[in-house]
Amino acid sequence: MDKKSDAKIKEVVTSSQIWKSIFRRKHDDTKRSRVLAIVGNFFMHLHPISVARHALALKFTWCMGGVTFLLFLFLTLGGVLLMFYYHPTTGEAYWDIKDLHYSVPFGKILRNTHRWGGHLMVITVMVHMFRVFMTGSYKRPREFNWAIGVILLVFTLLLSFTGYLLTWDQLGMWAITVGTNMARATPFIGHEGPFGEQLGMTAHNDVRFALLGGSVVGANALLRAYVWHCIAIPLIVTFLIGVHFWRVRKDGFSGSL
Amino acid sequence: MSNIIHILFLKDNEAIALFGIIVIFFVIVAFREAIKNDRLKREGKWPPEEQSGKDKVLAWPFLVRKEFLVAIFVMMGVLIWGIVRNAPLEEFANANVTPNPSKAPWYFLGLQEMLVYFDPWIAGVLFPSLIIVGLMAIPYIDINPKGNGYYTFRERKFAVSVFAFGFLFLWVVLIIVGVFFRGTGWLWYWPWQEWDPHAIVAETNYDFTQFIGIDSKSLLGSVIGGSVVVMYYFLGMAIPYAIMRAKNSGTLQKLGFIRYMVVAFLFWSMIGLTIKIFLRLVFHLKYAWVTPWFNI
Repeated sequence: MDKKSDAKIKEVVTSSQIWKSIFRRKHDDTKRSRVLAIVGNFFMHLHPISVARHALALKFTWCMGGVTFLLFLFLTLGGVLLMFYYHPTTGEAYWDIKDLHYSVPFGKILRNTHRWGGHLMVITVMVHMFRVFMTGSYKRPREFNWAIGVILLVFTLLLSFTGYLLTWDQLGMWAITVGTNMARATPFIGHEGPFGEQLGMTAHNDVRFALLGGSVVGANALLRAYVWHCIAIPLIVTFLIGVHFWRVRKDGFSGSL
Repeated sequence: MSNIIHILFLKDNEAIALFGIIVIFFVIVAFREAIKNDRLKREGKWPPEEQSGKDKVLAWPFLVRKEFLVAIFVMMGVLIWGIVRNAPLEEFANANVTPNPSKAPWYFLGLQEMLVYFDPWIAGVLFPSLIIVGLMAIPYIDINPKGNGYYTFRERKFAVSVFAFGFLFLWVVLIIVGVFFRGTGWLWYWPWQEWDPHAIVAETNYDFTQFIGIDSKSLLGSVIGGSVVVMYYFLGMAIPYAIMRAKNSGTLQKLGFIRYMVVAFLFWSMIGLTIKIFLRLVFHLKYAWVTPWFNI
């Protein structure tokens, strides 16, 4: 095809009603167009229109907040795919993982990347917090956003923690057993904690029982971990990320960015 | 060395090794930047031209392009990792077979390590709560307006030191210890030592008052132990307060009484944890304070 017909096809496509309804405006190489690319696009409007050049340097922000968000999106996507192959029951869960390894097309890489990506997200969220501390970016007027960030950190750990049990293997089961055994010792509301016994706490009515849906890590615990991991915590985290990002924009960047 | 290489690729351990490497890398980056900025300040060259915020560039394409590139590299890394290495999957869950050692997920191993030194309600409930509340309190108790938006050490010596100690030593190092140095029976193993499931270490630990010949479970022992803990906090809070007051410290005036108390409480709790670790390891101290309901 020659250049002329190329241009003609392009002209026809981009001036069609369908194209115009999807892409709100023509993108050309003007400043106005670049600004509109940010403010006029749903996926881009989170960004400020312009940023200080030095803030772009990787050695300043390390990109860790962004990477954490990216991993959250990736894990959500991969998690949805994994859910198609997974039953949260003690009889099936383990064998579903085996199926992912040996018979589901691309199942192995799906599971592997979900596992490693999850660990990586825990790592990047910690490093993000370290960076924000080191640049003092939590200082006024961004105090509250730091607090939201701490809650997000906790929920990231809980996301990983609840996911740990879902494979229903020795590693997951005992990690969750060790982790939730701590809850027994909660003061007042754990049956082995200070003043727990005096308040009538037993293994069948304390806070650990509420977490596990039982007194041992069993079928109910698996279901609870599944619901927390796949629905409840992602919803909470999505909401908090929204607030977190909105506050980043509204509070402004630190250090005259 | 064979043992450490063996452990390195067990379970999720390679992720924790990566964690260690990433943290070391970024600590070096942060402190290098801080030292560089501090030098510029000393030489009166602060803020450098590019830090003035006057040189603005459009987010599209300059920022978006960078984000896109980073995203590609991260996704590439995760995919390659997922192709090269399989996620761990052990035998079918069995409540009757307890693995030795039984470990919590790696990010909680610092807290599990605390179980060696403290009762579960402190290690597993009180400390995590204090960490979360303490972290959230940071912006409200750090009233130093300097160092907002750039790396520095000289202008925030106390804040940076305390945070770096808490994060790097009490969080990261204890996780690494929990993963790579704690073997069967939660005993300490060096990287070149094989984990021995039959190893027994006979250790007798003593309560604080037993060192001075008083039964720690008696009323007297309990009162003495309690006084030591209370005095630790009281003196820890009162002495710096008195000194700062005598010096007419501006920091103290700006902090105010309540903020000062919060800072002091969180700080001495963190230091107390370190002291208890030290006393356990060196003097075999079990509890400082024994009561019928809880022990510290």
